[in-house]
Amino acid sequence: MEAVANPILTVSQLGKTYAGGFQALKDINLQIEKGEILALLGPNGAGKTTLISTICGIVRPSTGSVTVAGYDIIKDFRKTRSIIGLVPQELTTDSFESVWSTVSFSRGLFGKAPNPEHIEKVLKALSLWDKKDNMIRTLSGGMKRRVLIAKALSHEPTVLFLDEPTAGVDVSLRKDMWSIVSDLKAEGVTIILTTHYIEEAEEIADRVGVINNGELILIEDKNSLMRKLGKKQLILDLSQPLETLPAGLEGYELELSEDGEKLTYTFDNQGEHTGITSLLDDLKGSGIRFRDLNTTQSSLEEIFVSLVQES
Amino acid sequence: MNIHGILAIYKFEMARTRRTLLQSIVAPVITTSLYFIVFGAAIGSRIQQVDGVSYGAFIVPGLIMLNLLTHSISNASFAIYFPKFVGTVYEMLSAPISTLEVVLGYVGAAATKSIILGMIILVTASFFTDLRIAHPIIMLLFVLLTAVSFSLLGFILGIWADNFEKLSVVPMLVVTPLVFLGGSFYSTDMLPPLWQSVSLFNPVLYLVSGLRWSFYEISEVNVAVSLVCIVGFMFACLGVVIYMFKTGYKLRS
Ligand SMILES: Nc1ncnc2c1ncn2[C@@H]1O[C@H](COP(=O)(O)OP(=O)(O)OP(=O)(O)O)[C@@H](O)[C@H]1O
Ligand SMILES: [Mg+2]
Repeated sequence: MEAVANPILTVSQLGKTYAGGFQALKDINLQIEKGEILALLGPNGAGKTTLISTICGIVRPSTGSVTVAGYDIIKDFRKTRSIIGLVPQELTTDSFESVWSTVSFSRGLFGKAPNPEHIEKVLKALSLWDKKDNMIRTLSGGMKRRVLIAKALSHEPTVLFLDEPTAGVDVSLRKDMWSIVSDLKAEGVTIILTTHYIEEAEEIADRVGVINNGELILIEDKNSLMRKLGKKQLILDLSQPLETLPAGLEGYELELSEDGEKLTYTFDNQGEHTGITSLLDDLKGSGIRFRDLNTTQSSLEEIFVSLVQES
Repeated sequence: MNIHGILAIYKFEMARTRRTLLQSIVAPVITTSLYFIVFGAAIGSRIQQVDGVSYGAFIVPGLIMLNLLTHSISNASFAIYFPKFVGTVYEMLSAPISTLEVVLGYVGAAATKSIILGMIILVTASFFTDLRIAHPIIMLLFVLLTAVSFSLLGFILGIWADNFEKLSVVPMLVVTPLVFLGGSFYSTDMLPPLWQSVSLFNPVLYLVSGLRWSFYEISEVNVAVSLVCIVGFMFACLGVVIYMFKTGYKLRS
């Protein structure tokens, strides 16, 4: 397990086998740094929700343990659960309650004395203030999603789980959501979110974890991950099409397009020598000239897809 | 102890009822009146007296019991079944609240509602017949214990049920027959001897008998036996509830 300096959450050898015998989590080891944003990626059914539900107390672990702020989630469930806020994946809300009363209810349920100022602050931050007296069933899906976030924030948690907060949410609301998340981070809240929008993870996460088939196959700092696993490519538009690659260039990882007009060189941008200079020299030596060149870097999405395929 | 959590659940449940106030108050007043018109007036005019009490007055404890049992069960079972059904139960499961506290909130609210209902019926009945309550404290004790125990039973039912049919089958097919066969509207002395003995296996008989004793000091079984039965039943239900939460039964996978 990659140890972190100030762990707020530690998952050790966590396993979950559902009643039917299905093993949804296998030996998960994970530490989460206080104040970071961790994005959990993984295909449908990978076990993301199961992991979150276990930490929050909704699903019982089969093996292993979890501590939050040093407290065990089973022995000291009152301590851990009052620190945690959860926005579930499914849009599950009451129907006939008002926004105000459902959010106040959540605060009470989590053991906090009423604090109308705090509820007001949360509702305003989520642009729900003018809807506070509306019945929940009269709200749109995106608004309901905000209500769930407001409920999760009602008791001032310091660890927040967002299970696919932007599923079925339009672009502007998604942008709002991201700014809410960065505001929370600025307040020192630790955020763990799952998403299928990889650009989302790319944009807001500090670290990225990938779960597949119940296993945490990777957890790493986003930037170093993209540096390490991201491949760079140099694409050359040739002045004259080539039929085959000249013999002198065999040592390079080169690919010639079918029409012979493009030459693609894939290189590891972590290595000390990218080989670009010598490639260009050798191209010149072979008499190959080009009109244009550009480089591309693989996105987190491509990294993710190749990781999941490999495992 | 998560007092705020208990209160949140309790208030939430009471607010749910307030939204259907008409149904919760007017309905029992009307049904009670109907019982008096049908049983009290039509049948009562022929029966006259049971164990020295007018028939109208005789059925009041049974009527209260009938309503306490059915409403406690349906209130509490629905209260916990519904969040399970729509998924909002996730919040309770992830909250820093213990089994006992959740039960206090839900069962407390369900029992409060049935006790209020019982009092409404009592008041309504007093317009139709001369009521005399010999032991008011014991009467309240029976009402309280019954409301609490059967709300617990309803809670268990609500957790156990995974569809609406199961939710309604127990009150309909078990509780209602037991109440009607438990001497709510007649004295078992009126039955043939065989059925008198069979009736003794009906737990509701003990409740009705105990409550009736608190009114008129007439009973089928000793009032102490009735009390022991209901207290025992309450602890049995509580045990089942605690077991359910400990094992996560049908709530936590
Ligand atoms: N209560 C349950 N009983 C049995 N199996 C379950 C249960 N809940 C989830 N599973 C199974 O566990 C696996 C992981 O599910 P989980 O919901 O954790 O996936 P996920 O990564 O959140 O997927 P998604 O991206 O679709 O939300 C799935 O195969 C699912 O079918
Ligand atoms: Mg999920």
